[in-house]
Amino acid sequence: MAEAKRVERPLSPHLQIYRWHVPMLTSILTRITGHALVAGVLLAVWWLLAAATSDEYFATANAVATSWFGDLVFTGSLWAVWFHYLAGLRHLYFDAGNGMDIPTAEKLGWACLIGSVVLTVITILLVQ
Amino acid sequence: MRYLTARKRAEGKGASHTGAHHHWSMTLSAVGLAFLVPSWLYVFGSALGGSRAEVLETFSHPFPAILSALVLVIGMRHFAMGATTMIEDYARGTARKMLIIFAVSLAWMIGAVGIFALLKIAL
Repeated sequence: MAEAKRVERPLSPHLQIYRWHVPMLTSILTRITGHALVAGVLLAVWWLLAAATSDEYFATANAVATSWFGDLVFTGSLWAVWFHYLAGLRHLYFDAGNGMDIPTAEKLGWACLIGSVVLTVITILLVQ
Repeated sequence: MRYLTARKRAEGKGASHTGAHHHWSMTLSAVGLAFLVPSWLYVFGSALGGSRAEVLETFSHPFPAILSALVLVIGMRHFAMGATTMIEDYARGTARKMLIIFAVSLAWMIGAVGIFALLKIAL
């Protein structure tokens, strides 16, 4: 039987070859923020469990949650949740068949990036 | 012998074998969270940094307690399904199965701990 012919097929371009653009960056960030958020949720739930348990346990968890480390996790999570939020709304808008042309998609990407920072700052000011 | 035609068996299933069910579940939880998360951020952010008595006071009220429970349950479900999709994109075979089991278990664990804490505070 004849050998199967090896055909040189074109490969899909990889991340290193693509020129970075805003819709691509925001799409990747959506996945990263969604998964990174589990860190903030873990810290929040641990803190809540400690509050439900005892004064000593709460003192420990609260010290971590309000330390520079806790501030870092919660501030990062706050930006991540707002970015994921806006990107999710954009996803619903895309799913309905809208905004798929390149200029609109670029604008929506920028809206996610800038909007998430603005909402993060507003939230921090509101809950102070 | 099968009495179903091939077309009938394939209809509406697609490559996922479950049709668009996963996508629809993510849409449902996304819309739910879109309504819940902003007010939850305000409730949680305001409670954070308070004394234990203040925290217990906040979460003993129905609105913060029920809101937090909904955000946790729907959020962890949304996370488990999203993590499953990501793992399916990057891992294969046994590693894929083990990672999915880990992610889904983690989501259930976080949800259970959070609900326990909320019940203990609120009731």
